[in-house]
Amino acid sequence: MAEEMRIVLRNYGKIDPLNIEDYINAGGYKSLEKAKAMSQTELIDEVKKSGLRGRGGAGFNTGMKWSFSYGIKTDQKYVVCNADEGEPGTYKDRIIMENDPQSLLEGMAICGYAIGSNQGYIYCRGEYPYVVEKLNQAIAQAKAKGVLGDFNIEVRMGGGAYVCGEESALIESIEGHRGEPRFKPPFPPVIGLWGKPTIVNNVETFVNIPVILEKGADWYKSIGASSYPGTKVLTLTGDVNNRVFVEVPTNTTIREVLDGFGGGVAGGKKVKAIQIGGTSGGFIPESLLDTQLDFDSMSAIGATLGSGAFFVMDETRDMVDVVDRIMKFFEHESCGKCTPCREGTHRMHEMMERLNHGHAKVGDLDSLERLGTVMTKACLCGLGQAAPSPVLTTLKHFKADYTAKFN
Amino acid sequence: MADYNEIISQYKDLEGGIIEAYHAIQREYSYIPEEAVAAAAAAFNMPKAKAYGVATFYSYLKVGKRGKNVIRMCESAPCHVAGADKVVAALEKELGIKVGETTPDGKFCLELTECVGQCQATPVITINSKPYGDVTAEKIPAILAEYK
Repeated sequence: MAEEMRIVLRNYGKIDPLNIEDYINAGGYKSLEKAKAMSQTELIDEVKKSGLRGRGGAGFNTGMKWSFSYGIKTDQKYVVCNADEGEPGTYKDRIIMENDPQSLLEGMAICGYAIGSNQGYIYCRGEYPYVVEKLNQAIAQAKAKGVLGDFNIEVRMGGGAYVCGEESALIESIEGHRGEPRFKPPFPPVIGLWGKPTIVNNVETFVNIPVILEKGADWYKSIGASSYPGTKVLTLTGDVNNRVFVEVPTNTTIREVLDGFGGGVAGGKKVKAIQIGGTSGGFIPESLLDTQLDFDSMSAIGATLGSGAFFVMDETRDMVDVVDRIMKFFEHESCGKCTPCREGTHRMHEMMERLNHGHAKVGDLDSLERLGTVMTKACLCGLGQAAPSPVLTTLKHFKADYTAKFN
Repeated sequence: MADYNEIISQYKDLEGGIIEAYHAIQREYSYIPEEAVAAAAAAFNMPKAKAYGVATFYSYLKVGKRGKNVIRMCESAPCHVAGADKVVAALEKELGIKVGETTPDGKFCLELTECVGQCQATPVITINSKPYGDVTAEKIPAILAEYK
């Protein structure tokens, strides 16, 4: 059976999250010291070599991203933590921040040193005011203790806009604007917050950093799948016996997670589909459950690892009903800046709703497929590009659920 | 209750701080009064239209009066399959209002929301952002009693 491996959650349940002494006694802030004894380029090379890729969903090489900002000479750079965890079925960043906030601060401070920034922001979703409180306490303790040196961290609250998980929309929101994504390029590592080079990384990405420094890039690189090394924190929801969070090496298979940690499907039923990575993730049929979780293996089956949400649906679930609900989500969350997404999410939901209630028109299934394909290419940001995925993957794997609606 | 002008003045020097100011006003009032949007526009030196555009972009922020205790039912997919519709029906029955409305005594308003990040215990509601998990129709009266 698959084993859990806690890197990101190494201190979970072992320290008092609101007592910085506990964190320091557990070896905390030694990695920041170690980082500062290295040159900035040595540090960035170490992170690159570890193979760590962004845990927010896009999977970009973290050290590579840092190197883009490092190379720019300017008066100010920023480090931003994306804690706008709005992906339905996901609560991993909340678990991390509630239980080990100092690890996040240390990871951000290491990034600050690497790129030459003295100012960090944590953009935490507005639905987590209780997490914001804990983060502010942790920051106050770190400042009082002087462990962050000249690196300053401030928390800013999101406002319940899913699109702000997209890094340029998040930056707009910190600046006090509507959270609408920017045209890219330029990318944030070059021109980001207030026009300055800005590294935006996910909570889970930053929390990996102190451990990589402590144990070395080679050690990290040897864990899990070689193209996406390390672990991933997953949150299990839906029709599963154990609705829990787990942290597993990235070469663990979907089935091992479902059976080994989820305890199988609830009520002794069979699994029909698992949607991984959040509400924009592909629906995965039973026949593909032996796929590894890592980024590239998931891409190869037309799915995503995404945020690590693990939404299990049993054999009695109607895929059309679930996808109808999901498309309502995207219609609501589309920011309206680009037409393919604003109109596309609206029309896709309209068609899904019709289908779900037995009023489908001839040609709706073809139109869904055609519109979805256009959106994946034409939408401005990841929201619109990924929104059709639940429709397209269920049309592919669960066509019977759709045709049943015509009877 | 603190005046919204006082609250805004605490944030006006914070770069990009209008959203923080809105959050602070909403913590005090449970919503953002229309006039506070105009006051924020002046303090942050932007057109009223822009300040209004920011306030209404974010679904967690609400411009205009609503009930003191804000009940939000998550309707994202994991809560949907866990029976969110039954919980909404129970809330509507118990409060005597529909989604989007406020009770006549101004104590409660009922809204739908997307995921609130408590998916280990679906279906989930929040009251003034405090989460309640594994909610059933039967549990509703006892939960609401805490706020009556």
